[in-house]
Amino acid sequence: MIVEQLRITGQEEIAPRIYRMTLKGDSVQTMTEPGQFVHVKVSDGIDPLLRRPISICDVSQDKQELTIIYRAEGRGTRLLAAKKTDDTLDVLGPLGQGFPLDSLQKGSTALLVGGGVGIPPLYYLAKKLVKRGVNVRTILGFRQSEDIFLEKEFRELGDIVVTTEDGSKGVHGFVTDAMNQADKSYDSFFTCGPVPMLRAVKAAAASDGFISLEERMGCGVGACLACVCEASDASSQEGKKYRKICSDGPVFRAGEVVI
Amino acid sequence: MINMNRELPGLSMKNPVMPASGCFGFGQEYARFYDLNKLGAITVKAVTAEERAGNPVPRVAETESGMLNAIGLQNPGLEHVLQHELPWLEQYDIPVIVNVAGNTMEDYIYVSETVSRVKNVSALELNISCPNVKVGGIQFGSDPAIAAELTKKVKAVSQVPVYVKLSPNVTDIVEMAKAVEEAGADGLSMINTLLGMKIDINTGKPVIANRTGGLSGPAIKPVAVRMIYQVSQAVDIPIIGMGGIHTADDILEFLMAGASAVAIGTANFVNPFACPELISSLETRMAELGIDDVESIVGRSWKTCSSVSLSSR
Repeated sequence: MIVEQLRITGQEEIAPRIYRMTLKGDSVQTMTEPGQFVHVKVSDGIDPLLRRPISICDVSQDKQELTIIYRAEGRGTRLLAAKKTDDTLDVLGPLGQGFPLDSLQKGSTALLVGGGVGIPPLYYLAKKLVKRGVNVRTILGFRQSEDIFLEKEFRELGDIVVTTEDGSKGVHGFVTDAMNQADKSYDSFFTCGPVPMLRAVKAAAASDGFISLEERMGCGVGACLACVCEASDASSQEGKKYRKICSDGPVFRAGEVVI
Repeated sequence: MINMNRELPGLSMKNPVMPASGCFGFGQEYARFYDLNKLGAITVKAVTAEERAGNPVPRVAETESGMLNAIGLQNPGLEHVLQHELPWLEQYDIPVIVNVAGNTMEDYIYVSETVSRVKNVSALELNISCPNVKVGGIQFGSDPAIAAELTKKVKAVSQVPVYVKLSPNVTDIVEMAKAVEEAGADGLSMINTLLGMKIDINTGKPVIANRTGGLSGPAIKPVAVRMIYQVSQAVDIPIIGMGGIHTADDILEFLMAGASAVAIGTANFVNPFACPELISSLETRMAELGIDDVESIVGRSWKTCSSVSLSSR
């Protein structure tokens, strides 16, 4: 776990306000676990002050390259979007606990459900699962057709259904509408997106699974207790009543935390 | 040779830099980044008699060159700290300061007495300035008579020196400082966060679930410097200065204002290596400026020339 100035090797807007950035550096070789995140300093000075947690979307060990996809929403991410190829970026990471892969054996089936900017970490997961010989089915939810990204990339890895809230492409409705219509024979689900979606996905799921949470963070390393969530009664981690999203998560077994 | 050593009540420090309470957990997270023995001392997160769950999220919000937090003194409680956190720190050869908080005077007295008997605890820091809890905390830090009474009672039971952490959210911080000094405090730490708020204009509601939070970071530095400047001239006990320190020059500024040592808070979140990097850059800056002893610049901003040992290059 280190802080490194990574070199930006590319940046493009792949959907309205959605940016894909690639970065190169030594610390990329430690980014082997899907679902982890990097904590990014978007300015050199003290304003904006805090780092931004951004999930790891893909890693190429051959090219020593990290891919992140983020939405330029606030001041920090807009500054990030203004960065150019060959600029450097102060990156702390990888941080957090990612998606566990060993729960799925070769030949089993995983359902991946992502919504909006919750989709990127599922891509690295999908690649890792496919490499293990796990069948990957993906449901990606967007507001409208022009917001769609990563569809082609996921299609190369397995079956995919896209949903749009306005019905402009794919299934009309939410990801859970697609879940209810589709084959329910999967062994585990993995989901990332807004909390109401996570709740609905967990309720609609036909198996156990894993959810990835996001929260406003301070340190990103488990010290400041800014990003905690309540642990559910049934789960025990030395009897602790809470989990730190940055360091115990962001991925949790569905049911481990109250969402 | 630059002398970075500091001798404060209960604290024999090889440099003047320590992490601030609440910004460093109990040390374990940052021990993964560097050897904690590099620190002058360590101040651990506030300990209360019982486990505290803290406030709902969101607990932090970024502001201009600063941040608001309302963690709400979440901590695993005295028993857990005694059994797990403090023993873990025994492997390090640095002074340990335990920040103590509570709802009632009895809570403070009980926790203080118990913690002060732990062999690797060097000093206590009385948290009478947390702005983010409904009872306790700031209640004891806004009335000089109550702060003095609490200090006196804790001093009567503590086996180690007691530092009182002052709130900037008072009309007259000098009066508070003098009151706790007279009550027997061995030192002061200041400042805690400034009470603030941020509103999300899309929802029209405060960003932080607790509505208000404590402002920290570089934004509050001038307030801290001013208060340390005023208080250090009015009391004879040492001050651990804090409030937005981000660079070695900031540390020099705090020392010159009158602090005898400094604590680093929010900067740890921005850069996990903040403390060790500040320690080494402080030494570099002192060499560049021809300062050969930290002690020589403490209070330089207000001491008369004859009482300041000016070194020449």
